[in-house]
Amino acid sequence: MIFGYSFGDLGSILVMQGFAGLILFSVFVLMALGLAIIFGQMGVINMAHGEFMILGAYMTFLCSHLFQTYLPGLFGIYFFVAMMVAFLVSGALGLATEWLLIRHLYARPLDTLLATWGLSLIMQQAFRSIFGAREVGVELPPWMMGSLNVSDTIEVQINGLFVMGLTLMITAVVALLMFRSRWGLQVRAVVTNRVMSSAVGIDTRRIDRLTFGLGCGIAGVAGSAFTMIGSTSPSAGQLYIVDTFLVVVFGGAQSLLGTIASAFTISQSQSTLEFFMSGSNAKVLTLLIVIGMLMLRPQGLFVIKVRK
Amino acid sequence: MSQKPPTDLQSPFRRKLLVGTAALSATALLSPGALAQQFPTAKINTTGLAVTDSEVTVGILHSVTGTMAISETGSVEAEKLAIEQINAQGGVLGRKIKFIQEDGGSDWPTFAEKAKKLLVNDKCASVMGCWTSASRKAVLPVFEQYNGMLYYPTFYEGLEQSKNVIYTGQEATQQILAGLDWVEKEKEAKTFYLLGSDYIWPRTSNKIARKHIENKLKLKVVGEEYFPLGHTQFNSVINKMKLVKPDVIYAIIVGGSNVAFYKQLKAAGIDLTKQTLMTISVTEDEIDGIGGENIVGAYACMKYFQSLDNPNNKTFVPAFKKMWGEKTVIGDVTQAAYLGPWLWKLTAEKAGSFDVDKIAAASPGVEFKGAPEGYVRIHENHHLWSKTRVGRARPDGQYEVVYETKDLMEPDPFPKGYQ
Repeated sequence: MIFGYSFGDLGSILVMQGFAGLILFSVFVLMALGLAIIFGQMGVINMAHGEFMILGAYMTFLCSHLFQTYLPGLFGIYFFVAMMVAFLVSGALGLATEWLLIRHLYARPLDTLLATWGLSLIMQQAFRSIFGAREVGVELPPWMMGSLNVSDTIEVQINGLFVMGLTLMITAVVALLMFRSRWGLQVRAVVTNRVMSSAVGIDTRRIDRLTFGLGCGIAGVAGSAFTMIGSTSPSAGQLYIVDTFLVVVFGGAQSLLGTIASAFTISQSQSTLEFFMSGSNAKVLTLLIVIGMLMLRPQGLFVIKVRK
Repeated sequence: MSQKPPTDLQSPFRRKLLVGTAALSATALLSPGALAQQFPTAKINTTGLAVTDSEVTVGILHSVTGTMAISETGSVEAEKLAIEQINAQGGVLGRKIKFIQEDGGSDWPTFAEKAKKLLVNDKCASVMGCWTSASRKAVLPVFEQYNGMLYYPTFYEGLEQSKNVIYTGQEATQQILAGLDWVEKEKEAKTFYLLGSDYIWPRTSNKIARKHIENKLKLKVVGEEYFPLGHTQFNSVINKMKLVKPDVIYAIIVGGSNVAFYKQLKAAGIDLTKQTLMTISVTEDEIDGIGGENIVGAYACMKYFQSLDNPNNKTFVPAFKKMWGEKTVIGDVTQAAYLGPWLWKLTAEKAGSFDVDKIAAASPGVEFKGAPEGYVRIHENHHLWSKTRVGRARPDGQYEVVYETKDLMEPDPFPKGYQ
């Protein structure tokens, strides 16, 4: 007996806590991936990232309604369609944003901060006007709720598994795109030296637009997935943005691996600490750890050498 | 007070002239006009409020933009409905209510600024408004300085009382004590796990709950935890509760966190039809976002549920839906917001005046028999006497009332032994 718990209990809790940490890890990676691509590759701080996520969530909400009304038989698989729609809509809006707003501000990084923050306010109010100020409930297919009983005391959430699978898939796709495709090569070339890349014939503007669109599209998918675990309301994007930035900055802005490592560190410390102390205190301690690490390594965990 | 009303009388001749013109315009307005004649403007408004012979102006001050819009929308809707109904019945003291709506924008300094605007520029006779304690605390000095009258709808932590505020929601003891007594008796609960969002209302409420559980009921609190506002990951605390196995989970989690909490609770296999959970922060409004299927079986302790079976509520609910759409739901705070304009009207009629000092003095004892929650009466301390009810969440997002206190609960914003 430790802390009044039996060893059997402790064992299963250890497993479930580990799993809770892994879910949080997947959530963080999913949240941060889109932002990491945009921030890391383009140096643009997209303050509207949370709103792109919520756009994806609202698309999921719309899809669930459409399927319930017109295709009730296929309701079980609507979520996959919804994620595609979320990706396409958020991505398209991302492309449009880049074309209308961001590309005029590349020379003024601080102004993109302000512009995207303004965009986030506009999007929030647009959600409010279109979908109403109240939260909307996104109904999930029954198979996605509930948990698998691994043993009598160990239960594993199905939607947690789903988020983990999704994260794994998207990360793999992004990694392939970045490191194995021609487009990825061009992106990395532009990051390393914009002028030189354009001199050798890379269309840097097109690369920028696609990168921004992809980042926003992934945000949309993340938002879609988060309807399983969180709320969908006009300002819900604000709930995610702080954690997202934390993960990206801590990881080192330009490194995909850094983002993943930082998500892992933050999620594991948070979920472990939460078990031993109150939620608020766990958050404080996690932030202190991050601050301490950033004081030692201001560039973040992983740094890619970039010629300035 | 420096603002003398323009109708303040300098000569007897002018007085006659004014009364004459008031009567003239009033006769054209038939019965409300006759009432208005009975209460000449100069007499019922001695402090320069925005009262004319046919109209009286009130303010509505809520957030319709920003993060709190989600909660405050219902209050705005209820207040507008009440004002429309009062006007249809002829208004207050023969005067139609005209409202000026301002947006607090979920930002507390903005609330204070707009409150000042409503009181100083618009000279509103009363203001229906605020939702969070933070916004109320921000406007309180403004209302006290410029002597305004605020009708505040939200259930809140107590520890406040002002001449310039009528609290139409419950203070903490009204919402908590009866519910705990009920759960102890009905569920034979022995152990409680307290959860809350990390700010003043959940913390104060849980403090009261803990004192009641430990000192009065002689039972045990096995855990107490708080989460930052907007927290979306509850898996760790859910695991902890699985280990401790409390008889009752007592949850005061608010806003978007609610949705995450109940969805994750369900996903973790905690079935609320078997595990007793009691909340004081989830109304029908919140269930809309959480999804009825995710919270079915939970108990909520409130003073009003949309499903209440009484004649007042049976006319109130359809009227609300007719004005705001078939799909809207009505939560506890929405109902409390609906009380504001009515209580003000009844008080003004009792006082025979719109003067804030007279309204404040006449408020204690004012009763509203048409309240959707049944019957309410204003206490000396400007809070309401009202019943406490326990409801159980149904899959369709409504609550089934399973218990109500026999008597009205006395409001006690400064409870002895609970601080």
